[in-house]
Amino acid sequence: MAHAATHDDAHGHDDHGHAPQTFIQRWLFSTNHKDIGTLYLIFSLLMFFIGGSMAMVIRAELFEPGMQLVRPDFFNEMTTTHALVMIFGAVMPAFVGLANWMIPLQVGAPDMALPRMNNWSFWLLPVAFTLLLSGLFMDGGGPQGGWTMYPPLSLQGGNSIAFMVFAIHVAGISSIMGAINIIATVLNMRAPGMDLLKMPIFAWSWLITAFLLIAVMPVLAGAVTMLLTDKYFGTSFFNAAGGGDPVMYQHIFWFFGHPEVYIMILPAFGIISEIIPTFSRKPLFGYQAMVYAVASIAFLSFIVWAHHMFTVGMPLGGELFFMYATMLIAIPTGVKVFNWVSTMWEGSLTFETPMLFAIAFVILFTIGGFSGVMLAIVPADFQYQDTYFVVAHFHYVLVTGAIFAIMAATYYWIPKWTGNMYSERWGKIHFWMSVISVNVLFFPQHFLGLAGMPRRIPDYNVAFADFNMISSIGGFWFGASQLLFLGVIIHCVFFSKERATARVWEGAKGLEWEVPSPAPHHTWETPPVIRPGMLAHEDVSH
Amino acid sequence: MMSAWFGRMARGSAAAVGMASVLLASSHAWATPHRWQLNMPVGVTETSREVHQLHMITLWICVVIGIVVFGAMFYAMFRFRKSKGAVPATWSHSTVMEAIWTVIPILILIGCAWPATKVLVKMADTTNADMVVQVTGYQWKWRYEYKSYYGKAHSFGFVSKLAESSNEVRQLGSGIDPRTLKVDGVSTYLLDVDNPLILPAGVKVQFVITSDDVIHAWWVPDLGWKQDAIPGIINSTWTKIDEPGTYRGQCAELCGKDHGFMPIVVKVVPKAEFETWLGEREAALAPPPTPAPVTAPIADPAAPAGAPATTPETPAAPVAQG
Repeated sequence: MAHAATHDDAHGHDDHGHAPQTFIQRWLFSTNHKDIGTLYLIFSLLMFFIGGSMAMVIRAELFEPGMQLVRPDFFNEMTTTHALVMIFGAVMPAFVGLANWMIPLQVGAPDMALPRMNNWSFWLLPVAFTLLLSGLFMDGGGPQGGWTMYPPLSLQGGNSIAFMVFAIHVAGISSIMGAINIIATVLNMRAPGMDLLKMPIFAWSWLITAFLLIAVMPVLAGAVTMLLTDKYFGTSFFNAAGGGDPVMYQHIFWFFGHPEVYIMILPAFGIISEIIPTFSRKPLFGYQAMVYAVASIAFLSFIVWAHHMFTVGMPLGGELFFMYATMLIAIPTGVKVFNWVSTMWEGSLTFETPMLFAIAFVILFTIGGFSGVMLAIVPADFQYQDTYFVVAHFHYVLVTGAIFAIMAATYYWIPKWTGNMYSERWGKIHFWMSVISVNVLFFPQHFLGLAGMPRRIPDYNVAFADFNMISSIGGFWFGASQLLFLGVIIHCVFFSKERATARVWEGAKGLEWEVPSPAPHHTWETPPVIRPGMLAHEDVSH
Repeated sequence: MMSAWFGRMARGSAAAVGMASVLLASSHAWATPHRWQLNMPVGVTETSREVHQLHMITLWICVVIGIVVFGAMFYAMFRFRKSKGAVPATWSHSTVMEAIWTVIPILILIGCAWPATKVLVKMADTTNADMVVQVTGYQWKWRYEYKSYYGKAHSFGFVSKLAESSNEVRQLGSGIDPRTLKVDGVSTYLLDVDNPLILPAGVKVQFVITSDDVIHAWWVPDLGWKQDAIPGIINSTWTKIDEPGTYRGQCAELCGKDHGFMPIVVKVVPKAEFETWLGEREAALAPPPTPAPVTAPIADPAAPAGAPATTPETPAAPVAQG
């Protein structure tokens, strides 16, 4: 097998672990997957709070009808930048950080396959987001055309558009390199005996996600480059007056954009599929079906893009195709939900914070999935499109989906990262505050959208005032609750007195729990010998 | 079989669900959104009623599946607790169960897709319209042109933008409470225009929709659809409104700083009244100062933002608002 050779003496000549590293050497020049994972996670948390403060501005202006706080153009800067920061700055880097930390530990590899590229792909991110956020301080303000950057509107602003385009290029390069690294690690560096169909499901979901990233990030780069040349170099890719087509941009964008949605949720599926079996003390139900479901969702993600564009005036045949294809996604997604419930069935359940977040994920992500099925019905989508119903939908799948999974993963693995137990009491308080406030925040938005409130507006008719005020209260509450998250993390890293065991959780299985807590700086320098009972999924018959 | 099963589930559900359904179904009495409105309006066209029905069917299917799945989860959470001495089973696979929960969703989805397809095919049929109206989006107003009426060509149009009363209130720091702005007892803040689009009741109207600058979307919820207005592209759709009345909507596609401030008001009047109105308006304008563009306007994004100056603005029709 290819992986056997990788471990022999490739690392025998490295000088790691000898001379103590300076702060700069350790963090700036780091090639260690754990340090880079930590950097990714810290960066993501910072971006989460920056993007979150923009959301607070949005909810504050929408607290009451009438314009009280910001100008409409600044409001548009906030919605645009909030989305870009949360998607490319918070959610994606968090998943890459978790992959960096956990995949080598889980598959028994000493590090990522390409450690120097790993360092580069992280350090591109601060560059990208400095470029993006600098736009907010420029003449003409930051980008205001929405995160989807539809031309001709997105080309109307000042030069911050160029900065946004380059930020996306740089963040995209970072993502592609991260994806290459993950594929190379998973395919080449698994320990002997770690067959693909025994691999932890988090590694599986990331392997598939990485292929999605490599497939679509260049498409986005191409789309935004065409925007750039349309604005500055007189091309007419999307300019109708020059023979171009504004709708073509939307097709290209969503050919990236829909797989992107799954890039942000497939790793979350992996995380939830790790946590629920651990706290149910029972193997994951239908492991292979779970892997095939993720693969099917990934495939379908390439043929459903135009369901974001049902109102652009596609031909009937196109609308029907994209409706049917979109509805198909409900089938593998349903399999995942049913399998999570079956994993809990006849288990022996305990409800530590990671499990609470995982259960909330399953329920609330499914609610987001339900509104997704509704949105697939084209005639009904003619009503839902571009309303708060859509805003509610994608926040259910992204906040209570992706972000809850990231929080679940943080609570689940932070004892392994730090060697300390977090405060279960404060973790649970954080969970209950978050799960209640997030529903106060987003559930009323379904009603607003159905009643006729468009998205991306800074002001509204008084009929929408009551639910907007409730939503804003939920928003401030949810925002404040995340300070608890920060507090729990800081306490766990620096102040917690309770030491974590190697296994951490009674029901935990897999190679990451075979190393001590905190995980030493270098692990699996000699590949692990996998014994029966060590892996979570070793019965390959199903 | 599906409907019988669905009916049983619905009857068996709790009183709270029944109450919710009353709330959800009771939104047809308003032509403007109202406080605490929970659901999509039923609307005033056959299409909008069918769209509403599709929405309700899918919603209830989701509610039933949700009750089953979340019910099973909560049962598991209370029944299989370690603190209650639950001993974990070791099974992790069941081909039969997996086949069941793959096949049942397929059947449910076919059940959803079938009526959706029928409605969609009907909505896509813009033929046999008796009247054509061109809608053009500008930053941040709409232009309506009456192109033809029962085979007779017309070229009469006007611009429709946010009513001055709303515009005053919506200025940053205006200090005026939007709740005080009412027309005939209806809160029209940001849902009122200077010149509404006047349409005849009971006539199939074809809309040709385009834009002169950026992408907009023309949306009146009571008509049951929205359609993007895209520069360089002419989209076609239709409606046939049975009930005279005033129906309000908004631009639904982000179109710049005043995206939230370009409402749409459609005033539907009896056919005879409409014909009188159209005749009067055209007579008052003949001969037109410059011919309005008859073909679709070609977009000119190179022009500075917010300069829809290429189309002459015909004086607006002084019709009553309400």
